[in-house]
Amino acid sequence: MNEIVTAQNLTFRYSDDDFLALDNLSCSIKEGELTAVLGHNGSGKSTFAKHINAIFLPTGGKCYVDGIDTFDDDRLFDIRKTAGMVFQNPDNQIVATICEEDVAFGLENMGVEPKEIRKRVDKALEDVGMSDYRLHAPHQLSGGQKQRIAIAGIIAMRPKIIILDEPTAMLDPKGRKEVMDTIIKLNKEFKVTIILITHYMDEAALCDRVIVMDNGKKILDNTPKKVFSDVELLRKTGLDVPQVTELIYELNQEGISLPEDIINEEECAKLLFDYISGHMAENPALKPPDKKARDYSDKKAVEARELSYIYSIGTPFEKKAVDNVSFSINKGEFLAVIGHTGSGKSTLIQHLNGLIRPTFGKVLIDGKDIWENPKEIRKIRFKVGLVFQYPEYQLFEETVYKDIAFGPKNMGLSDEEIKSRVFEAAAFLGLPDNVMEKSPFELSGGQKRRVAIAGVLAMRPDVLILDEPTAGLDPMGRETVFGQIKNYHKETGSTIILVSHSMEDVAKLANRVMVINDSKIFALGSVDEVFKRHRELEAIGLSVPQITKVFDILKARGIDTADNIFTIEDAKKEVLRLVGKGGKENA
Amino acid sequence: MLKDITIGQYFPQNSVLHSLDPRMKIIAVTIFIVMLFIPNNAFGLSVGIFVSLLGYAISKIPIRMAVKSIKPIIPIIIFTSILNMIFVDGTVLFSFWFFKVTYEGIRMAAFMIVRIICLISGSSLLTYTTSPIALTDALERLLSPLKRVKMPVHELSMMMTIALRFIPTLIEETDKIMSAQKARGADMESGGIIDRAKALIPVLIPLFVSSFRRADDLALAMECRCYHGDEGRTRMKSLQYSRKDFICLAFMLLFLGLTIGLNFVFPSIY
Repeated sequence: MNEIVTAQNLTFRYSDDDFLALDNLSCSIKEGELTAVLGHNGSGKSTFAKHINAIFLPTGGKCYVDGIDTFDDDRLFDIRKTAGMVFQNPDNQIVATICEEDVAFGLENMGVEPKEIRKRVDKALEDVGMSDYRLHAPHQLSGGQKQRIAIAGIIAMRPKIIILDEPTAMLDPKGRKEVMDTIIKLNKEFKVTIILITHYMDEAALCDRVIVMDNGKKILDNTPKKVFSDVELLRKTGLDVPQVTELIYELNQEGISLPEDIINEEECAKLLFDYISGHMAENPALKPPDKKARDYSDKKAVEARELSYIYSIGTPFEKKAVDNVSFSINKGEFLAVIGHTGSGKSTLIQHLNGLIRPTFGKVLIDGKDIWENPKEIRKIRFKVGLVFQYPEYQLFEETVYKDIAFGPKNMGLSDEEIKSRVFEAAAFLGLPDNVMEKSPFELSGGQKRRVAIAGVLAMRPDVLILDEPTAGLDPMGRETVFGQIKNYHKETGSTIILVSHSMEDVAKLANRVMVINDSKIFALGSVDEVFKRHRELEAIGLSVPQITKVFDILKARGIDTADNIFTIEDAKKEVLRLVGKGGKENA
Repeated sequence: MLKDITIGQYFPQNSVLHSLDPRMKIIAVTIFIVMLFIPNNAFGLSVGIFVSLLGYAISKIPIRMAVKSIKPIIPIIIFTSILNMIFVDGTVLFSFWFFKVTYEGIRMAAFMIVRIICLISGSSLLTYTTSPIALTDALERLLSPLKRVKMPVHELSMMMTIALRFIPTLIEETDKIMSAQKARGADMESGGIIDRAKALIPVLIPLFVSSFRRADDLALAMECRCYHGDEGRTRMKSLQYSRKDFICLAFMLLFLGLTIGLNFVFPSIY
């Protein structure tokens, strides 16, 4: 196969005195390859991608795209036609107000004949499965659909290479699947070369080749199987491995030697099946019982009674966003709320701190109706802290300190009190003292996120609600933030409500789970009780942990496994139990 | 929520007027405006009234939409009619203090009111029957001769398109930022004007920051799709005049001629 991208000793600096964003990077990509590029934020992967379509020109070294030197100014548009690029934020790359006009945008710029544009636009929309939406306005679409329109806009230009810069980072599991299916289809059916930058290891596992970057250098470049078997190195660079790979790695640590190059569920299930059936303990310990929801206290912190909310009553847009929902959370409890985008979960949580007034029903905080005295509603917001999705977009003050102090200041506290609260909140989120006087806009994405969360913690709310606090972060950022939330819960004993897409994260953190679907409560109970229904949950568009699927296969093939396996820890214990090792702790 | 608002005042219907070429609609509205300012007597003006009513009838736009379009300009109507009534000389009907209300003044005021109402309700038909994007497109094409005198016609229309595209996104974003600051105890509902203006800072700054970020992202995405201005650019949908467009033009010219003719036949009120 021909080499289509060749990078020779690329170096790049954003400005003269800056660090090297790319450091002597050489690599070549063959025609038709599906390559994933991994690396934590700031590792240089996006910078590399932007060299491929001549958005950036190398400070040192050369980059050739389909034989064209990216320095060749006369052929700039040839390069951009050859290498199309799709970005992270689906909203910020759609130009036109009608989908099909947007898909046509690139072709119009290239000066293609109107008839040919029409043909190619229709074909591109068909290829991404969006023909039915061709006359829709972009803001009426879901994230996954918008991203597919963006992809259609690129494939209509018939590029040989498509570079996708974290195309799924801002999407929910359903949207991610739509986009990944589209990408794989383009590669397999139309032989388009794909370079996929991602933070999701399960997406990388689907590729032919994985390049891992760190500090502007390429540190690993091989098939996913080979790359992911180096668990230690990946962890050191702040990355993850797919769950199944991690499980096998953990088992190896326990002295069970299994081949480490496992990257998908089928392989893992087959391997474990063979191993377990060969080593089955004669008398395995009893299955671990379902973990029950712990009772934290019998005092209710928040209660919703027959809550309903209807948008735009009396207009053609009328829509029930919350439909007769009743539940309660005890003091000190950790409740997770899951549901796909548009299920009504975001509207529901905004009722709990009085941002939205219910159309019908009541919200009670500490037993009192929060709308009893509407003039006092602001006080409720200090009691129930709400961290929105992408909270870093709300930062506005000159310094980090002032931004975190905004909430406490609004509470009318003394300067002394504000100061102690700001530093306490900053400590919970691991923000060093030297950032306090910096502008929040200078910080890295992960740090901004933590400043924004600290801004809510500084109000010392009794109840803390977090709406997908780790959305869009890299694996290390996700782990840090979740660790901090867990620690905050443990130390302060406050009530926490976590909204998330990820069943795995929820299984690690929460005490109880509430599933919202179609504006109603679909399930509510302990983690084990709810997640045992994972097949139903998958049917309503939620993603099930890989590990759970593996054990499902094992069970179907006749191994008597427990059915409450949602984390790697659960899975490891279960395998050890079945083969009669480490059974003591369960017995 | 705020997301559901419609931009502009497009009122989708299945009518001949909706299906006309947007360029022809702009030309027709221009003729219509001229037609309202030419007459110097009630007969000429009645042609204008007739054309407005005819427009609403053909487009199947409910007449309450015409009323809706006039509402915002009622203060202007009242103001101009009062001025007309008291400052036009002629037969005094009654007087108070040092104002004299004349018969000619009242006639003039009535004439003005009818003219303004026709002007606003009639030209609103253009925005009622044409989507904002079609309108932008038509303007770009109609004004394209001005490119020769270095008018940035394409750039202006591109800016319009992008504005139309991002208005819903930014409205949604404003809504979100407001909620988020309220969740941190920001008080936006009470206090005096200065307090309220101050309370907007935590909303405006993040909104600006995010708009700049979006602008950056969008510019990059456009560059990646080979955008380089107007040069050598083609369009997927080319506008084409059809027979009904010319029929519309013929009728408009006929009405214009009629209005001019009536000016000579009947005495002027000025």
